Amino acid sequence: MASAETPAAPAPDTAAADPIMNVKGLVKHFPLRSGVVIKRQVGAVQAVDGVDLQVRPGETIGVVGESGCGKSTLAKLLIGLETPTAGSISLTGREMVGASGGKLKAMRRDVQMIFQDPYTSLNPRMTVGDIIAEPLEIHPDAVPKAQRTERVRELMSLVGLSPEHIDRYAHQFSGGQRQRIGIARGLALNPKLLICDEPVSALDVSVQAQVINLLQDLQNRLGISLIFIAHDLSVVRHISHRVAVMYLGRIVELGDKEQVYNNPQHPYTKALLSAVPNPDPAMRGKGNQIVLEGDPPSPANPPSGCRFRTRCWKAQAKCAEVDPGLELTSSGARAACHFPGDTPSQPEVAA
Amino acid sequence: MFSQKTTSPVEEGKPEVDENQPLLQVRDLSVVFRTREGSAQAVNKVDLDLARGQTLAILGESGSGKSVTAQAIMGILDMPPAEITSGTIKFRGKDLLTMPEKERRLYRGQRISMVFQDALSALNPVYTVGEQIGELFTVHRGMSRKDAKKKSIELMDKVRIPGAAARVTDYPHQFSGGMRQRIMIAMAIALDPDIIIADEPTTALDVTVQAQVMELLAEMRRETGSGLILITHDLGVVAETADMISVMYAGRTVEHGPATKVFANPAHPYTLGLLESMPRLTGAGDRLYAIPGLPPSLLNLPSGCPFAARCPRAEDICRQDPPPPAVEIDGTRFSACHFAEEVVAHGVR
Ligand SMILES: Nc1ncnc2c1ncn2[C@@H]1O[C@H](COP(=O)(O)OP(=O)(O)OP(=O)(O)O)[C@@H](O)[C@H]1O
Ligand SMILES: Nc1ncnc2c1ncn2[C@@H]1O[C@H](COP(=O)(O)OP(=O)(O)OP(=O)(O)O)[C@@H](O)[C@H]1O
Ligand code: SF4
Ligand code: SF4
Ligand SMILES: [Mg+2]
Ligand SMILES: [Mg+2]
Repeated sequence: MASAETPAAPAPDTAAADPIMNVKGLVKHFPLRSGVVIKRQVGAVQAVDGVDLQVRPGETIGVVGESGCGKSTLAKLLIGLETPTAGSISLTGREMVGASGGKLKAMRRDVQMIFQDPYTSLNPRMTVGDIIAEPLEIHPDAVPKAQRTERVRELMSLVGLSPEHIDRYAHQFSGGQRQRIGIARGLALNPKLLICDEPVSALDVSVQAQVINLLQDLQNRLGISLIFIAHDLSVVRHISHRVAVMYLGRIVELGDKEQVYNNPQHPYTKALLSAVPNPDPAMRGKGNQIVLEGDPPSPANPPSGCRFRTRCWKAQAKCAEVDPGLELTSSGARAACHFPGDTPSQPEVAA
Repeated sequence: MFSQKTTSPVEEGKPEVDENQPLLQVRDLSVVFRTREGSAQAVNKVDLDLARGQTLAILGESGSGKSVTAQAIMGILDMPPAEITSGTIKFRGKDLLTMPEKERRLYRGQRISMVFQDALSALNPVYTVGEQIGELFTVHRGMSRKDAKKKSIELMDKVRIPGAAARVTDYPHQFSGGMRQRIMIAMAIALDPDIIIADEPTTALDVTVQAQVMELLAEMRRETGSGLILITHDLGVVAETADMISVMYAGRTVEHGPATKVFANPAHPYTLGLLESMPRLTGAGDRLYAIPGLPPSLLNLPSGCPFAARCPRAEDICRQDPPPPAVEIDGTRFSACHFAEEVVAHGVR
């Protein structure tokens, strides 16, 4: 695959085009079981709490945010692995939430997922051919049985695996190759949207580069949209057209990658970007890192008003009272903050 | 503070060592996995040194033997299928590999401890974190449960778990990923070890929590003078914390040296390729460089240099003869390459 010399896809000029996926007011609360800890009152973990997002054809949206902020839960909601508590997910105009039977199955075909860990997400007792063909078995009408092996071989070459290895077992492949197997399986049904949940976190940087290049090539060739979840902000910057920053179940900033990276508007985005380690030992200790005070609040009991206020250096009285909406800012990105960007935060009332 | 040695009589459970001997000295370590398809040479004649207060980062290809090396040092390799076929692992001059398991057990946790990548699966879901930290003190220090709980709270405070006294009775699943990782660190430092091995301690964490965890590990090192072996794919983390770097490829150490030198001027073509593959926060957009081709099968290693099939600098000699295991460069570092000096001077192109 290193032979394909296609450059990174330019941002698709499809802002006006109909989104392939339209997510509105998406909520997922996990009930807290009372039996585990008797002393704590029964509540709910607000894993995802009011997410709006439109996915345009052919674009890559990077999703970043604090551990436990709800990224994987969002991904599972979007592929129908979790049922939302509230909200709507419309896929090319068809509503996914509440759909069932054949209708849901048909929609699921259009959204596929690659999981974080290529070591544990592939069944070691299945051959590569069986693994990639699995979605074709689940959706038998996608490809006639007689042509499935051919389709699997085609998918293997598409992701840079040698089709001769179709009968090998997953453990006989390296980490990067296994991730390609996962990608081939994700592409088997020609999805319109591929959700990648930390697909490169466990890989060395060279294998990571191979996987990222492959995803970009596939996007250029097939025009699919990608949602790319990762902790590595330089990887996200490299692959994304737009970036969504999440904090405690919400999107707190959403914009083109240049907007978000060059001119972050939300204080959490600023803190996140400042914490990226510099890959140059000569620069050690020379960064201006914003150290966030304390820990993220429990998603079972988020703060009133702005969810970031318990750790925000700009917080004012208003932040505890009014929950900021995701509004357009001067950078062109949207941010959920009363005092975005360089806006000084002034106490409402003089003390 | 826990770093002051407790005077409880069970402290003798900590094995006596000769402080004048080097902290850790691994020589010629080889580990083979006996599998259905044959013998996989996972670790191949690896040397490794760690001094007091030092951070050694181990970098390298996925599957190159980093975790297996760490497990061998810690003494937690599954044998079989693993088999240590050669080498010594000397801690303060004593070979851990030849001592009886009964004695070795005293080193584990007390002299050498480990932080695993996945804190959730390393912690036991049915015990509170306080019970799990406290157990270290009841078992190794003969403390009463009450004193052990006090110690647990002290440690949780130290790793900055807010409201430690209230949270000591919580279960692992009630903590966020970052907090669980800090609890793992609390357990790793509990018995004041001389060496902490951290195998991808921050891979699952976001960058702000990652920064906290790394700072915590640095602080522990400053305070207690322990040595840290850090295994990670994150070159940014390495650049910010490592004193020394070992780069592994196909079971071998292919380059070893001070972090600043290895980053500024690699002496092995694999290290060069690895650094070049890194996306930078500045200058995004273009296609990423990736080392072409695949690593060799560990079941059937080539007779020459294991990197030859992918190396832009390779010549006939590379495919025929294995490179010298450690070509010394400017007296401070080593590279396992036939053309080490040329690579340092001119790169590979
Ligand atoms: N099945 C579940 N039951 C209860 N709580 C859950 C469940 N799944 C997730 N959660 C909680 O929901 C929140 C969001 O979790 P999620 O896995 O989506 O986070 P994430 O952003 O993917 O984090 P990470 O970066 O660590 O992978 C967390 O507080 C988590 O503990
Ligand atoms: N139980 C096992 N049986 C057979 N082979 C094994 C076993 N455990 C590890 N190996 C092999 O040993 C080699 C080294 O594995 P190790 O886990 O040390 O890699 P690593 O450098 O830590 O990689 P990563 O960066 O992906 O974590 C790999 O090729 C792996 O497939
Ligand atoms: S709304 Fe207030 S607390 Fe929230 S991020 Fe903005 S300034 Fe900080
Ligand atoms: S010995 Fe030859 S093949 Fe191996 S790294 Fe050096 S130049 Fe490349
Ligand atoms: Mg996740
Ligand atoms: Mg490993």
